[in-house]
Amino acid sequence: MPADSPALPPSEAASAAEAVSVSGWGRTAPTTARLVRPRTPEEAAAAVRDCGERGGIARGLGRAYGDAAQNAGGAVFDMTGLDRVRAIDADAGTVVCDSGVSLHRLMEVLLPLGWFVPVTPGTRYVTVGGAIGADIHGKNHHVSGSFSRHVLAMDLLTADGTVHTVTPGTPLFDATAGGMGLTGVILSATVRLQPVETSLMSVDTERATDLDDLMARLTATDHRYRYSVAWIDLLARGTAMGRSVLTRGDHAPLDALPARARARRAPLAFRPGQLPAAPSFVPDGLLGKATVGLFNELWYRKAPRCRTGELQKISTFFHPLDGVPHWNRVYGRSGFVQYQFVVGYGKEEALRRVVRRISERGCPSFLAVLKRFGEGDPGWLSFPMPGWTLALDIPANLPGLGAFLDELDEEVAAADGRVYLAKDSRLRPEMLAAMYPRLDDFRALRAGLDPRGVFRSDLSRRLAL
Amino acid sequence: MKDAFGTPQSLLVLGGTSEIALATARRLVARRTRTVWLAGRPSPALEKAASGLRDLGADVRTVAFDALDPESHEENLGKIFTEGDIDMVLLAFGVLGDQARDEDEPLSAARVAQTNYTGAVSAGLVCARALQSQGHGSLVVLSSVAGERARRSNFIYGSSKAGLDAFAQGLGDALYGTGVHVMVVRPGFVRTKMTAGLEEAPMATTPEAVAEAIETGLRRRSETVWVPGVLRVVMSALRHVPRPVFRRLPL
Repeated sequence: MPADSPALPPSEAASAAEAVSVSGWGRTAPTTARLVRPRTPEEAAAAVRDCGERGGIARGLGRAYGDAAQNAGGAVFDMTGLDRVRAIDADAGTVVCDSGVSLHRLMEVLLPLGWFVPVTPGTRYVTVGGAIGADIHGKNHHVSGSFSRHVLAMDLLTADGTVHTVTPGTPLFDATAGGMGLTGVILSATVRLQPVETSLMSVDTERATDLDDLMARLTATDHRYRYSVAWIDLLARGTAMGRSVLTRGDHAPLDALPARARARRAPLAFRPGQLPAAPSFVPDGLLGKATVGLFNELWYRKAPRCRTGELQKISTFFHPLDGVPHWNRVYGRSGFVQYQFVVGYGKEEALRRVVRRISERGCPSFLAVLKRFGEGDPGWLSFPMPGWTLALDIPANLPGLGAFLDELDEEVAAADGRVYLAKDSRLRPEMLAAMYPRLDDFRALRAGLDPRGVFRSDLSRRLAL
Repeated sequence: MKDAFGTPQSLLVLGGTSEIALATARRLVARRTRTVWLAGRPSPALEKAASGLRDLGADVRTVAFDALDPESHEENLGKIFTEGDIDMVLLAFGVLGDQARDEDEPLSAARVAQTNYTGAVSAGLVCARALQSQGHGSLVVLSSVAGERARRSNFIYGSSKAGLDAFAQGLGDALYGTGVHVMVVRPGFVRTKMTAGLEEAPMATTPEAVAEAIETGLRRRSETVWVPGVLRVVMSALRHVPRPVFRRLPL
């Protein structure tokens, strides 16, 4: 494992369960559960069988922001012990691997062969199981869709202890992709890969002066880029509201590398750098309006007005925060909440209203990201739908934040939008049905598949999933 | 489950007619709380409190609970937890007594102590164990500044709150790391029916202010909350006043 390994301590054997405090990446609302770390599918089946009356939930590397991979008083299956890459078809571009394998590991293994993961979120430290359970998306959603779109098959351990091979186009697949681990434990998956010639990215950067400028630029030119994302300064107000930096690009082809450059000799090398970890104690309130405002100002100013064809490492382009292990600690003891929503095309007014409200309220968010989604994905609880998605994080100790985000939920739901469950830690249960129209199908399938409610999480209890 | 800000979805109030508890419940119902259990001696006041919260949209149930009957606690409180998780228990019962009368009638003084301390020890432990097996939950205990240092004018009540406060602190330490959060709330003089007719102390506060402080404390996962907050400073100074001086202070 890399230095940035999960916060949970590994146990020696699957049977050696220990009670540990578990929280999501946002570090809010920790609860206590028995941690079980199966190392084989058989041990996983035993863990599911013996999980007790408060049930169990699979957990990967703990990067879900909220309470999706916690299970108070019950069992949490730490799946990182199932970490084998089983088979790579280097001609066809597919990989078969255990669900506990991280995207980081896949990149290490696949890049030298000229293949890349089809979808990566803002961190490499998510497992394949988690990527399917949250049906993650990346900067290429408008081209490639979500992660599960590239899953050809998976093995799912269900509540009765049996293993099913689940393929796309079936109800069980669509309930599991984005199903937050509530249909069963994903044991392994076959994933279709993306061919690349180099491990570098060719990146275009430009600045947008305000929100309308940004939306116009994205709408006009997004289709030219495989990867596209915009960072927004949400503290900027007035005419600068929504000023942002667009970063877009694609995998650099071999002939884009300058002749005689060092990268020419090893075009597929994968060398992510790493900075020192964030200290374990940071006082609350370090990231206030003043510090974040200053950061945002500098970040905006330092970005080039327009630059094309810059070569960047994969880690720089996709996962800048992975360079700082435990960066979530900078929010202090109270932690932070991530708020990500999507509203469909044609609902731009709702997006503008939300951005205006955040900017007027002065929410200190220095990681606000806007992008355009493409076609929706088949998962019943999958988050992406064609439209605009904005993600931001905010210190949880901001007074009145809960009520404020509830109001934003209303705006989002009124625009037929939704919030992302993998990042949620505070949604009101009654909002869910409006945001996820296939919720009833999901509940019905679960009721049939898992009548005793073996698979349960704090998220599922909080939202009555 | 509680949300990221510590706001509970289900609440159990021990002392279901307490004004501070009801102000807190109203505040929480306006946020996330949908299920409320009001535990107390069956009375029209308890039913009235329940219907008041129902009007706000909560699913409210009442349950018989008598602080003076610890033998019934296990059974009466335990059954609440079998119906679903309780995210927060608010231990809010207590009596002020009548200092002058209680000094003359040791039996009525003992009843103050039994209610405020003995009853809380028993009920607190029953709830703590249930919360622990859930792996989550907050136990909020209404203590008082009166427990911080015994005063001539109300040392019977004050000593019972001192016992309760020490018990709750120790319980919080015992439960550290179990997912259960114990929060001790120390209000100053609160304007309620319990204090009606008494001479108001400086820095008097209201049930609503206490409720707000509780919500903030849940968000911050505080272990001790003073209401108003400035009492923390005032009391830490008063604690060190020499007794010959302290007993002469007009408190």
